[in-house]
Amino acid sequence: MFRLPREDFRPTADWTALRERAGLLRRLRLFFDQRGFLEVETPLLSADTVVDRHLDPFSIEVHTPGGARTYWLQTSPELAMKRLLAGGAEAIYQVTRAFRQEELGPLHNPEFTLVEWYRAGDEMAAGMAFLDQLCQAMLGRGSAQQLSYRCAFERYAGLDPLTAPLDALRSAARRTSAPPASFRPDDRDLWLDWILTEQVQPHLGRTRPAILYDYPASQAALARVRDESPPVAERFELFVEGIELANGYHELLDPDLLRRRNAANNAARAADGKHPLPVDSRLLDAMESGLPQATGVALGFDRLVMLRTGAQRIDQVVAFPFDRA
Amino acid sequence: MAGYNTSDFRKGIKVEMDGDPYLMIECNFVKPGKGQALYKCKFRHLIRNTVIDRTFKSGDSLEAADVHEIQAQYLYRQGDLFVFMDNESYEQYELGIDQVDDAWKYLKESMVCSMLLYNNNPIGVTPPNHVVLRVEYCEPAVRGNTATNVTKPAKMETGAEIIVPNFVETGEMIRIDTRTGEYIERVKE
Repeated sequence: MFRLPREDFRPTADWTALRERAGLLRRLRLFFDQRGFLEVETPLLSADTVVDRHLDPFSIEVHTPGGARTYWLQTSPELAMKRLLAGGAEAIYQVTRAFRQEELGPLHNPEFTLVEWYRAGDEMAAGMAFLDQLCQAMLGRGSAQQLSYRCAFERYAGLDPLTAPLDALRSAARRTSAPPASFRPDDRDLWLDWILTEQVQPHLGRTRPAILYDYPASQAALARVRDESPPVAERFELFVEGIELANGYHELLDPDLLRRRNAANNAARAADGKHPLPVDSRLLDAMESGLPQATGVALGFDRLVMLRTGAQRIDQVVAFPFDRA
Repeated sequence: MAGYNTSDFRKGIKVEMDGDPYLMIECNFVKPGKGQALYKCKFRHLIRNTVIDRTFKSGDSLEAADVHEIQAQYLYRQGDLFVFMDNESYEQYELGIDQVDDAWKYLKESMVCSMLLYNNNPIGVTPPNHVVLRVEYCEPAVRGNTATNVTKPAKMETGAEIIVPNFVETGEMIRIDTRTGEYIERVKE
């Protein structure tokens, strides 16, 4: 029977954006090649997954001759790339798809493209300098301003995020817009995140890119914590025009600390009403056998294309976003 | 009463917050890379039409508002009360003049309007997009002035005042767009 073709077979991105996307990908690979980075590939489907309070992986039941097993679509290639570091890699990068449940909006698609790289021997300053060079080469918006998390909060929110008491955080959080009524009063990181996204982030990367560094120790994720008073996580993020573009760590090397953080993340997930994620992984074995000092960075490639083309929504730079996938 | 989780949030859902009915008119997903997923929403109050912003975190939920639309026939006016009848159940509803709002200008006996009910109480009524009303009185047309851009006020059979072209005469029927309150054309009986 005849049926009119549905209009949504068409790509949402125009050819200017898709050409820009292909061009950026070429330049990105050249950039890494010229600096001695080896391009690698790691599994999208893995028995291991990052244990994060706010990251939800897709679980996949895989049928094999030995029976069914639950694997995870990777939220980032982090675990496998660090196993390569432990296996002798010096400088590696990959361009890959990553998958995250629930993330669908102007800056999010459940399936998206990540550029992730690691270089052994780098401390945080070297990792930030490399990210800055890459950003300059890809976007041409000058060198990045480097700003500590603490300094950014003092400048734009008028408080010290590392020492301010909870009630000061809560009242500062309400200054410009009302946070969700369901925020637990004692959940410090939620209040900090709210102030960051509502009051600090809009100012970041306006005249030139900005790299925020030295995050609160409670938001270390897989970064190492520098033992000073108060302690800070050697984590850094790149912002351009208020958009969060990349996240990097001076990598945590201690497997016992990772076990503790995994357990804490699962406890927080339970309190949020989420299922736990498996805490055991081959990354722990790799860390036991010895991970070299390194920094690693993940950069959202779709957002990079958005900034290149001036797109306001991710579907302007992805041919077939989730609703047309 | 059914509810909506954040994963069900979308434009057009009708929800109840603080005991009031709202229509979700915007919903945007935002999330810091390592942070809490948030839904930034805008709502329009279904009675007062005021707009508010609210943000929710993933996992929050909202109660659905018991709001539905019926077709109701306008019966008569008694002082400041307007009486309608549900065309299916024959149940009668009385609306005050503030609930009827601008719709009073167009209400004629037996006109079928759409009526919004919240917890089975009427909260508003919308007349058909186009209605035909009789001109009760207007100044006579100025002779010789045939320009169509000359207008004058006309009092309609409902008591409403509508701006009409100069050539319209008392006693004629005219079609009006109720969304804008504008004259469209003369109608021959």
